[in-house]
Amino acid sequence: MLFLRPASVLLSVLASLALAGAALAADLATLVGNLASGGLSEREAAITALAASGDERAAPILEALGAGQLYTRTSDKLVVIGKTEGNRLALTEAVSGKPAGNAVEADLERVRVNNRLRGTIEAAVGSLTLMSPNARTRLSAADALFKRRDATALAALDQALAVEKDPRIKRAMSEARAAIVLATSDSPPAQKLAAIALVRERGDRDSLGILKTVAAASDGEVKTAATAGAESIEQTLAAWQMAQNVWYGISLGSVLLLAAIGLAITFGTMGVINMAHGEMVMLGAYTTFVVQEVIRTSAPHLFDVSLVIALPLAFLVSGAIGILIERTIIRFLYGRPLDTLLATWGLSLVLQQAVRSIFGSSNREVGAPSWMSGTFQLGQLNITYGRLWIVVFALVVFVALILLLRKTPLGLYMRAVTQNRPMASAVGIRTPRVDALTFGLGSGIAGLAGVALSQIDNVSPNLGQGYIIDSFMVVVFGGVGNLFGTLIGALTLGVVNKFLEPYAGAVLGKILVLVFIIMFIQRRPRGLFALKGRSVE
Amino acid sequence: MITRFLWQGMDRNLRLCVLLVLAVGIALPLANLILAATNPAHVPSWVLQLFGKYLCYALLALAVDLVWGFCGILSLGHGAFFALGGYCMGMYLMRQIGTRGVYGNPILPDFMVFLNYKELPWFWHGFDHFWFAAIMVVLVPSVLAFALGWFAFRSRVTGVYLSIITQAMTFALMLAFFRNDMGLGGNNGLTDFKDILGYSVQASETRAALFFASAVALALGLIISAAVVSSRFGKALTAVRDAESRMRFLGYRVEGFKLFVFVLSAAMAGVAGALYVPQVGIINPGEFAPGNSIEAVLWVAVGGRGTLVGPIIGAVLVNFGKTWLTGALPEVWLFALGALFIVVTLLLPKGIVGLWGQMKSRSQARKARAPA
Repeated sequence: MLFLRPASVLLSVLASLALAGAALAADLATLVGNLASGGLSEREAAITALAASGDERAAPILEALGAGQLYTRTSDKLVVIGKTEGNRLALTEAVSGKPAGNAVEADLERVRVNNRLRGTIEAAVGSLTLMSPNARTRLSAADALFKRRDATALAALDQALAVEKDPRIKRAMSEARAAIVLATSDSPPAQKLAAIALVRERGDRDSLGILKTVAAASDGEVKTAATAGAESIEQTLAAWQMAQNVWYGISLGSVLLLAAIGLAITFGTMGVINMAHGEMVMLGAYTTFVVQEVIRTSAPHLFDVSLVIALPLAFLVSGAIGILIERTIIRFLYGRPLDTLLATWGLSLVLQQAVRSIFGSSNREVGAPSWMSGTFQLGQLNITYGRLWIVVFALVVFVALILLLRKTPLGLYMRAVTQNRPMASAVGIRTPRVDALTFGLGSGIAGLAGVALSQIDNVSPNLGQGYIIDSFMVVVFGGVGNLFGTLIGALTLGVVNKFLEPYAGAVLGKILVLVFIIMFIQRRPRGLFALKGRSVE
Repeated sequence: MITRFLWQGMDRNLRLCVLLVLAVGIALPLANLILAATNPAHVPSWVLQLFGKYLCYALLALAVDLVWGFCGILSLGHGAFFALGGYCMGMYLMRQIGTRGVYGNPILPDFMVFLNYKELPWFWHGFDHFWFAAIMVVLVPSVLAFALGWFAFRSRVTGVYLSIITQAMTFALMLAFFRNDMGLGGNNGLTDFKDILGYSVQASETRAALFFASAVALALGLIISAAVVSSRFGKALTAVRDAESRMRFLGYRVEGFKLFVFVLSAAMAGVAGALYVPQVGIINPGEFAPGNSIEAVLWVAVGGRGTLVGPIIGAVLVNFGKTWLTGALPEVWLFALGALFIVVTLLLPKGIVGLWGQMKSRSQARKARAPA
């Protein structure tokens, strides 16, 4: 399989070269000359001939003609392509493609086209690109034809189909052919039925449109086949839509997970209500901003790794501030959760205002590195790289945290202190130090979340506020003190939210989710996965 | 009998406080209306408006204190009850505009005409009567508090979980009220009021009357709270705060106590909101912001939770500080507010009133030691 593809590409290149060689008999230069000099009907003949020549070089000429950029220079009757450059036109020789200086519009005569000719030109360009040695060009030409359903291109398409070797392109071409057959009302029913089968297999939104028009316009066997096809496509599309919603939900859920997972540590294992958690996220985002600013001014080539550099820094910044907070405020409030809540709320106000004083209250621009921008298609799914990386990152952080808690001495101490503080202290664990480190860890993870969120949210002093209530909801919903509960909670809420959105709208969906959680907590006050036994209370 | 019940609930300090509130409620408006502007004792209208606002905040703080200080329920959603009361009053005031709106529609308020409403939504009916609005001001917050409390207390949602639920509630309400489809003015809220009970809301006499009404409401709130707190019921309430499980084991229906005081408190907050709206002239969904509710909790903490005078002192002091600082040094205000949260919880767990009590007991201890 691996070597078959290059081989088939090579074959198709050879085939199209052979074809081009045969057509070269009708010299390109002559044809272009005819194009520029004769009347409209001769011009049309020349266009068709150019299309039939299959010459690579003809495509840009025809495109220029269609766009009204093809001129004859008055001085020497040379056919040129002119592109506007300031108030002059930069010229290239049409046939050879060499630059030919520049000129003002007055020295040139435009080769005129009318609407009918434009249609012919489009079809000609389409068929020319169908013959292109470049596989990607051929594929996109076939796709374009499928969407345009241009009956005049049928001959060219058949020609191209005959020599096409790449199965993927061949498939695209036959689909385009089927679409054209269906668009032509007088094609025989047998052909139409075969075409319907092909289009039905393609199964995207365009195919659905085609089949629906066919079903509306025809009768008998063709109509039933088209209707059945349309129905089956609708079903698959609905399934894809479902999958797309699930993906959006997972994507939202991973964002929630990132925001909540640090809280799951501080709230879940320490019982500390940290209302300043959102501000730790915000600090992480601003760390990313600062890192990118430094890179922009001093080392622009490092921009693509800016996020990788920002990650440990954000962890350290937020973590260090977290430890500072624990040592100066929170440790005096253990056992007084409501007071902790108020004090950390005050702290969040201070942090917000501090960031506002330093960076200003407007949104800060954080760029996306090249490997995080763009999208790709998976079946009918649209997936953006940025979102994909955030999902991956959230899972990596989650797994790393689980490993840290389960496999390292620090994790062991943390769990010990959570479960039985006096006993942990009695066996020689320095509980105050573990407290500080646990809080620092939770805050540091919030900082990591900030790096990821800087990619999808506005980096402003209010960044954290938007996540704090959601994060609490996730932790409480999933069950306090249970990291897996947090994972399940985040993904569930994300997916539920995205499924409600089409029916209720974004805001109402969110409200419904909040109401749902409020009701849920009433039913199960300790969340989905409640801790049992001694660690409760 | 009822008056005796109400009166005996108060100790000397509290009676003094009620009388003081009433005295302010009478003196300030009089000083505004009767004295000439040149008189040094004249109170300008903006001061009257400002202190009217503080009185409403004080009533809200009292409501928060009733549940937090005496029953241990930290509600982070009392701003929602306050705003709901405000919206009920706002709806009444909107209906009073009549044809004087920009579009001159006799029935539909301006924003509805703007949003192409054909007829009044069902929940707007009745709000053209003051008595109906007045009932709703108490009823709507109470019903919400009852519904939330009924479920929450029965399933024993306590402590921070309850706080988070109440916060989520006010957050959800804020999102809901921001929607134009709610039929309550969307993010612009309700504003541009003209009349209340036939008197212009802009007139200084109306403002004075509203100020007086706020003072009376606050005094009534104090009297009712004192009666509740000092009754046998109130003793049980405090016991629920301090040892909920023990009360349960002793055979008390804890959720009933909590529910009653939660609903009462929500109704008080609603009244505070209703008095607040005509004085500031606008109500919008921003009032539901979780931050507002938490700020109200801070007033209580600053003044002293578990005392009835404390929240009033706290609300007036903090808001006075806010007015002054946001005017003089706007950058500093959030720092100051945040620091206040931290300092109060760390160093002044009993608030200003508690501090005073501490100093008094210390000086008494010194006196007791002196002869020896």
